[in-house]
Amino acid sequence: MMTMLTGFLRRLSFLFRRRRHVKLGLYGPPNSGKTTLANRICKDWIGEEMGIASRIPHETREVVIKEKIEMKSRGRFLSFNLVDTPGIATKIDYEDFLKYNMSAKDAKQRAKEATKGVIEAIKWLDDMDSVIVVLDSTKDPYSQVNLTIIGNLAARDIPVLVVGNKVDVRSSNLRRIQNAFPQYNIIGISALRGKNIEAFYEALFKLVR
Amino acid sequence: MLTLQFIPRAEVEHLPSSSRIRRLLALVKEDKIVLLEGRLSPTEETELIQRTMEDVSKDFKGIELCTIYPGSSHNDNLISKLRHSLIGFLLGDRQGLTVIGPATIIKEIRRDPNKVQVITESIRRRKRRNSRR
Repeated sequence: MMTMLTGFLRRLSFLFRRRRHVKLGLYGPPNSGKTTLANRICKDWIGEEMGIASRIPHETREVVIKEKIEMKSRGRFLSFNLVDTPGIATKIDYEDFLKYNMSAKDAKQRAKEATKGVIEAIKWLDDMDSVIVVLDSTKDPYSQVNLTIIGNLAARDIPVLVVGNKVDVRSSNLRRIQNAFPQYNIIGISALRGKNIEAFYEALFKLVR
Repeated sequence: MLTLQFIPRAEVEHLPSSSRIRRLLALVKEDKIVLLEGRLSPTEETELIQRTMEDVSKDFKGIELCTIYPGSSHNDNLISKLRHSLIGFLLGDRQGLTVIGPATIIKEIRRDPNKVQVITESIRRRKRRNSRR
């Protein structure tokens, strides 16, 4: 009788788990490759891209959601809504965009939208079930933005996967990220070239349960 | 002239988070580099970034922020880790130092595990930038 009841409850919880769509967020500083990674995940599992990636910072200025991404591998199944967020920054100067041959009017507009994007990204933190923090492995990992994002996720008890992106670039240094965040197992990838992406998906299966 | 203002923890401890952040941001907007005794909580840090973004304007480009916190390192032995935990328990957020400054003055804060470098923009360059606008 007890075994039957336990089995019934397990099946019931499985049904609920299948119906619930986990929100998986992509967080990080601007230009770390969040959208490139989102595109890689979407292309690999649903065959279409999610957004436009650019070398100009703050290309993603609104939260973008791709619903019901399903991953299947070696008998395992994972279903989630992927949430690509604008890069979090502590300063935004429109003059920085002028370096990319942008008109002053466009640069000012971009800066205005970027500030709103940062606020939106922070507001979404509470809604996430799991988060992938995307860091640029060619940059200094000890920036306060990185520490604040990871500290916040830890304080909110949200499961985190830290990814060091751009490992295909010569100046990439994954060990620096590992030293900065020794409590996390850092996965080095190139979202653009798909390098080490299988190890990333393995880690994702462990992260989102 | 560069102004550094030290804020003892006791001065802001009694304030609710939002007032504390408003106070710090008001000082930064007066072109002061604020040295706060102790650290903000992770939630307060994000609230500070949020408020900063709300206030970004032609003259205020945002902030540079750095928290120096003497936490235990990965290589510490058990006694060191226990000592750090005990100090953390007794002092809480009073430990460490938070540096907050306007992005128009602080160009960059470089941090590695052993040192923090605050790189400021020269006043002459800042004036030249402002006159171009």
